[in-house]
Amino acid sequence: MTPNFVEVAHPPQNQPHLIPAAPFRRGSDHDTTISLKNVGLSFKSAKGPQLVALDNINLEITPGEFLCIVGPSGCGKTSLLHQIAGLSFPTSGEVQLNQRRVQGPGTDRILMFQDHGLFPWLTVAQNVEFGLRMKGVPKPERRDTVNRYLKMVQLLGFKDNYIHQLSGGMKQRVALARALATEPDILLMDEPFAALDAQTRDMLHDELETLWTRTGRTIVFVTHNVREAVRLGDRVVLMTFRPGTIKSEYKIDMPRPRHIEEPAVAALAGDILGELRTEIDRSHQAEYEAEHQ
Amino acid sequence: MNKLLKNAIFYAAIAATWVIIIRLHVWPTYVVPAPRDVLQTLHDGFKDHSFWIAIRVSLRRLAIGYSIAVVIGGVLGLAIASSRFLDDTLGRLLIGLQSPPSACWLPLAILWFGLNESAILFVVVMGSFLSIAISVKSSLQQVPNAFRMAGRNLGAQGWRHFFYILLPASLPHLVSGLKQGWAFAWHALITAEMLYISLGLGQLLMTGRDLNDMSLVASVLLIIIAIGWSVEYLLFRNIERTLHRRWGLVPA
Repeated sequence: MTPNFVEVAHPPQNQPHLIPAAPFRRGSDHDTTISLKNVGLSFKSAKGPQLVALDNINLEITPGEFLCIVGPSGCGKTSLLHQIAGLSFPTSGEVQLNQRRVQGPGTDRILMFQDHGLFPWLTVAQNVEFGLRMKGVPKPERRDTVNRYLKMVQLLGFKDNYIHQLSGGMKQRVALARALATEPDILLMDEPFAALDAQTRDMLHDELETLWTRTGRTIVFVTHNVREAVRLGDRVVLMTFRPGTIKSEYKIDMPRPRHIEEPAVAALAGDILGELRTEIDRSHQAEYEAEHQ
Repeated sequence: MNKLLKNAIFYAAIAATWVIIIRLHVWPTYVVPAPRDVLQTLHDGFKDHSFWIAIRVSLRRLAIGYSIAVVIGGVLGLAIASSRFLDDTLGRLLIGLQSPPSACWLPLAILWFGLNESAILFVVVMGSFLSIAISVKSSLQQVPNAFRMAGRNLGAQGWRHFFYILLPASLPHLVSGLKQGWAFAWHALITAEMLYISLGLGQLLMTGRDLNDMSLVASVLLIIIAIGWSVEYLLFRNIERTLHRRWGLVPA
């Protein structure tokens, strides 16, 4: 009988030898610039008028950038991510990759979900392998890649476990390994650590940062946690509530690695939070009005 | 072990009550047969192969009828799940058609096919394919959006999306639906077999009635219950449990 729940002991962080040599993509011809041009999204709500979820979003994300998007819930940040992934489309404007319009999903852009989206009918290794299998990568090569990325997230010992046997943090690490296994140029992360406890989250921040530094992939990271955004991002974009627009942008020049409890991080996060507050208030107001109509 | 013991005591108590009722001559044996007579009938029936033949004939019909129902139900369920239009039209019709008990299809079957094998199969198929179609449809529709999106995102498109994402994601629900369809098919079969000299278990039950042989009726009932129970609990329940455990739907 396999144990229902096992927590793995985390080895000390920032040990470079744990990170396998993944192809270094910064400056390679895989570089992809993401451009959002006048992106809008509106739909007819069940009752009442047209709902404008996104309005006139213009944003350029350079190759290798770590961009964080913050905003109140319902501001359309997830929609934006799905549009970059090609899983949904804007109703006006367009999303481009190297000046070419996104027409559908592709393994060059992998999305990580808040609730991990791992397949419970597959083992950890099979989950990580999935994208490669769909690509038609031969089995021995697949196995090597899977082992490499499972080692990176320190879950090689759990490769034959099923998803429900893992803790929340372990699941997110498997999801990260699965996302990285197809070696995408762009990693799209939709509040990936929101459901985790603070310790696990901090640890995953470190791992993600190390990994990003090593591989130079573009990361678009959506969160409602401002400190998390400042801790991780090169740039933080703040979105408004309905219609979702870009309210302001912050360049984060602090040296890495940063820590979420650092005073400099907290101070900058405080500034951004002040602006975010008004948007959160507006979202609460809208919620209240919807309830009392 | 504890569960087994409890059940052993429970069934021993039922058997004892039965014996006592017979000993006290509460009811005549043509109303409540003696355990000894039932055992004797079971013994004779299996020995002269008449029970084996009935079981074989019934299970063969069930296998054919259920397979047809699974194919039709599967195709319809898939079609309804993938088209909003079909869901709103055909889907609703199927739910409506499912409401009458399978016995209602008997007169229709006789008029269409006559008293023959086809009529029985028709009733079995009618009794089960609707519920299978509906559960296939709802199992597929229940697949969480996160799985669909993750699948497409990782490059599973078209038939691969169906085989590698939708099918496994809906498997636990699908098996429950197939189990229910099986139970409906089994019920419909026994009903349909009472129609005419059909050799099956249903007919054997009617023979018991015609001959006023209560121990035969009780024996066949026991066989029907035993088969139904075995398939439902030993086969389907175990598959369901395994799937639920592996999919993490219940604590292991």
